[in-house]
Amino acid sequence: MAATASRASSSLLSRCLLTRPFPASSTGASGLRRADKAQELWAAGAPPRWFSTVPATAVTDEPIKPPVEVKYTQLLINGNFVDAASGKTFPTVDPRTGEVIARVAEGDAEDIDRAVAAARRAFDEGPWPRMTAYERCRVLLRFADLIERHAGEIAALETWDGGKPLAQTARGEVPMVARCMRYYAGWADKIHGLVVPADGAHHAQVLREPVGVAGQIIPWNFPLLMFAWKVGPALACGNAVVLKTAEQTPLSALYVANLLHEAGLPEGVLNVVSGFGPTAGAALCSHMDVDKLAFTGSTGTGKIILELAARSNLKPVTLELGGKSPFIVMDDADVDRAVELAHHAVFFNQGQCCCAGSRTFVHERVYDEFVEKSKARALKRVVGDPFREGVEQGPQIDGEQFKKILRYVQSGVDGGATLVAGGDRAGNRGYYIQPKVFADAQDGMKIAQEEIFGPVQTILKFSGVEEVIRRANATRYGLAAGVFTGSLDAASTLSRALRVGTVWVNCYDVLDAAIPFGGYKMSGVGREKGAYSLRNYLQAKAVVTPLRDAAWL
Amino acid sequence: MASERDSGSKERPEEEQQQGGVAFETPEIKFTKLFIDGRFVDAVSGRSERGRIITRFADLVEQHADELAALESLDAGKQPAVTKALDIAAAAGSLRYFAGAADKIHGETLKMRGPFQGYTLREPIGVAGLIIPWNFPSTMFGIKVAPALAAGCTMVVKPAEQTPLSALYLAHLAKEAGIPDGVINVVPGFGPTAGAAIASHMQVDMVSFTGSTEVGRLIMEASARSNLKPVSLELGGKSPLIIFQDADLDMAVELAITANLFNKGEACVAASRVYVQESIYDRFEKKLTESLKSWIVGEPFSDPLVRQGPQVDKNHYERVLSYIERGKREGATILTGGKPCCQKGYYIQPTVFTGVKEDMVIAKEEIFGPVMCLMKFKTVEEAIERANDTTYGLGAGVVTKDMDVANRVVRSVRAGVVWVNCYFALCSDCPFGGRKMSGFGKDEGMHALDKFLAVKSVVSPLRGSPWM
Repeated sequence: MAATASRASSSLLSRCLLTRPFPASSTGASGLRRADKAQELWAAGAPPRWFSTVPATAVTDEPIKPPVEVKYTQLLINGNFVDAASGKTFPTVDPRTGEVIARVAEGDAEDIDRAVAAARRAFDEGPWPRMTAYERCRVLLRFADLIERHAGEIAALETWDGGKPLAQTARGEVPMVARCMRYYAGWADKIHGLVVPADGAHHAQVLREPVGVAGQIIPWNFPLLMFAWKVGPALACGNAVVLKTAEQTPLSALYVANLLHEAGLPEGVLNVVSGFGPTAGAALCSHMDVDKLAFTGSTGTGKIILELAARSNLKPVTLELGGKSPFIVMDDADVDRAVELAHHAVFFNQGQCCCAGSRTFVHERVYDEFVEKSKARALKRVVGDPFREGVEQGPQIDGEQFKKILRYVQSGVDGGATLVAGGDRAGNRGYYIQPKVFADAQDGMKIAQEEIFGPVQTILKFSGVEEVIRRANATRYGLAAGVFTGSLDAASTLSRALRVGTVWVNCYDVLDAAIPFGGYKMSGVGREKGAYSLRNYLQAKAVVTPLRDAAWL
Repeated sequence: MASERDSGSKERPEEEQQQGGVAFETPEIKFTKLFIDGRFVDAVSGRSERGRIITRFADLVEQHADELAALESLDAGKQPAVTKALDIAAAAGSLRYFAGAADKIHGETLKMRGPFQGYTLREPIGVAGLIIPWNFPSTMFGIKVAPALAAGCTMVVKPAEQTPLSALYLAHLAKEAGIPDGVINVVPGFGPTAGAAIASHMQVDMVSFTGSTEVGRLIMEASARSNLKPVSLELGGKSPLIIFQDADLDMAVELAITANLFNKGEACVAASRVYVQESIYDRFEKKLTESLKSWIVGEPFSDPLVRQGPQVDKNHYERVLSYIERGKREGATILTGGKPCCQKGYYIQPTVFTGVKEDMVIAKEEIFGPVMCLMKFKTVEEAIERANDTTYGLGAGVVTKDMDVANRVVRSVRAGVVWVNCYFALCSDCPFGGRKMSGFGKDEGMHALDKFLAVKSVVSPLRGSPWM
């Protein structure tokens, strides 16, 4: 009761502080820029098209109280919830309002040391790798069952901490997490090495052994799904894990890690450290007793991580990084369906997807119709409280992303792209942004080259297959691509020619656990999900013995 | 289907009041939806859903293990505690293993020689005829049904006429687990009628059979005469257990006993020919006789110390006894046993023959009862030659500490499974099946899926690919 009251009053307080009449007079940099720009445009006689008229009532209403309590805020080390060594905590924030949800233990190098030590012990001496694979499978299956039993709470926590629509977390992500864990549970007792036909009289067999202690660093855009993609295969292969969550979204991993222990995971096998990149993250990457590192996040951070791994003990690293994925609409496309799919490809999860289809290439023959319809679709997009039914888009994750996105929008406008839809922020609290659509973009523009990670669609025109292939590939990224066409030949040509880790033909974001996912070029190294992901967490050991009087060779 | 799923949503009226607006109802999570083409689409339809249902089936088998074990033991003459710990556990384990395999049946993309792209699909073969024996009814049901389900096949199961009960119970659990009607059909009956009908049926796409070599032959003939359905046969054996002079004698004796007497000798892979190296033979014989003194044959439900129950039925009991008589007539020596025991029922003493010659009937034919042929050998070459001198090729065991001897025997013996310093060690991930007249095709292991899958190659032209 007291907690509810204090949350209510603190929200009242922040509303008073943040409320400003429209247009903003001194709200901050973006408000100022907007006001200036508006003046300029009015002066030039240009209609202020970019003042969106989408009603923002969904955003300004009192935020819905999440149907969940935060139970776990400490670090999870060696099977116990503990404070950080330093005693420090940091806040995790509700992106709908900017208010603090809870304060969470802040892990640093000392905590990473403790976590790695626990993982080391669990692997080197503990029962986990010594159990039969079948028994490990059963633990993971029980975990999946527990996730489903607590699905409501988990989805609500994920929505609260990350701003994602509850429809998405409850009906999509949480079931996918359970599905992913079951997928990996099923691999545990099927990890085979080869017995190879070597020249000479030798019996040569390859054993695939767990690597040991895996360090895993996950992002804030899909906290739980990323948990599953990383922890699933690592545990299925018999390893121990130290997981560092993103500082923006530390809550759901702690909740489910507790369930994993309830499912029978021995202590020390999974350790969860909340904290920041430059401290906890860097400590994990540089740790001499960590055998393997896996990271999902920005390309810039990925480079640092690879460097730290190289400087310490050469631990193998898999990286899932950024993207600027092309979504290509061919001239034979059913425009209505292409528009809908392209819209989803870029706006899903508030545009915060590494594989967002953020460069929409449209064939000139269908270009005008496509732009008009994309605009209409974007204007229809329901932005609001993610706990509210019918909301398609929640707030961006935090102030930093929020400002970055608006800067990109500005650069798009400045660069001469046509902003056909979208205004400024939505509402005046939290980090909501109206979906934006730029048309007539050029390849050289920042909005066409750099990863925005927000609800900004950039539409470019093309006239031929060879051309679009060349332009689509002209990027340092190479994560995914969408191809929209009815032609077998076009689909086949494009899927082979695009230098990306996933090509979605007439669909997008199909991310089932069995399909490998990862990047070419600077979008990453290695693959997650599918059979391929297992090799990230296994070492191959060849065992060779001579054969005497072999009946056959 | 859609309406069934929608009804899984639950409302939470309290929250509705608290939020003072349109409350979001947290649905009971029954399925996954992915956003595709602007709609939420089922993503768990297909492979993983199949896997979930099979897992549920496994869970139900475990929940009813006591009942199943009792039923099985009554029907087949087994010991309930052992049945529960081994037979039923193996059935559930197999179901769970293949549940996890359902979404891991991969095809491949290929390297074509020319401007083509190719890939393979591994499709369910269709309707599988599964004919299971009476010695391990539940286990056999599990290990045949599980991969068939995982592969996406439908099936007609004919349990042995001696032991029809557990298959029916298991089928009931399958239905409870959510396996759709028509996927698993169970028809209890006899070989020459029901079994033959399955083997000759023009609409059955494959048959997997475990049983005797003679019936396996009939099934293969029936397939040839009808629609050439692929046949997978797991047949009889006369498996050798070769014990070298450096063997741990106590361990070797234990192994020989278990390998022959487990499940009252009614195991296809029983090591019914035991070869002991000359220099340790006498000691071995002595220890064996000593050990068997404490081997208790009796009613399996009442006495927990009983190690061996009755043979499965009268027919089989008389058959085993007639082999024992044959052995005596041919001049082999009874070291121990050789007679029926207990007041009523089909109980036979554990029997060991010595002085056995390779051409005796008891050394060549599968007895399928608690009867061991104990022989001695001099050299490894001789052991290998005699071990292979059989039309069968199912299992084999070798007991030695020497790596070279072990490797040599392992590669020389023509058998489907070779145990080194152990016996009967099998599990879901380990392919099991015979060679020569012990049959072909595998149960258990990922290889078990192959017989339920048809490989289809798909080829289309490629234009202007930047790589080949």
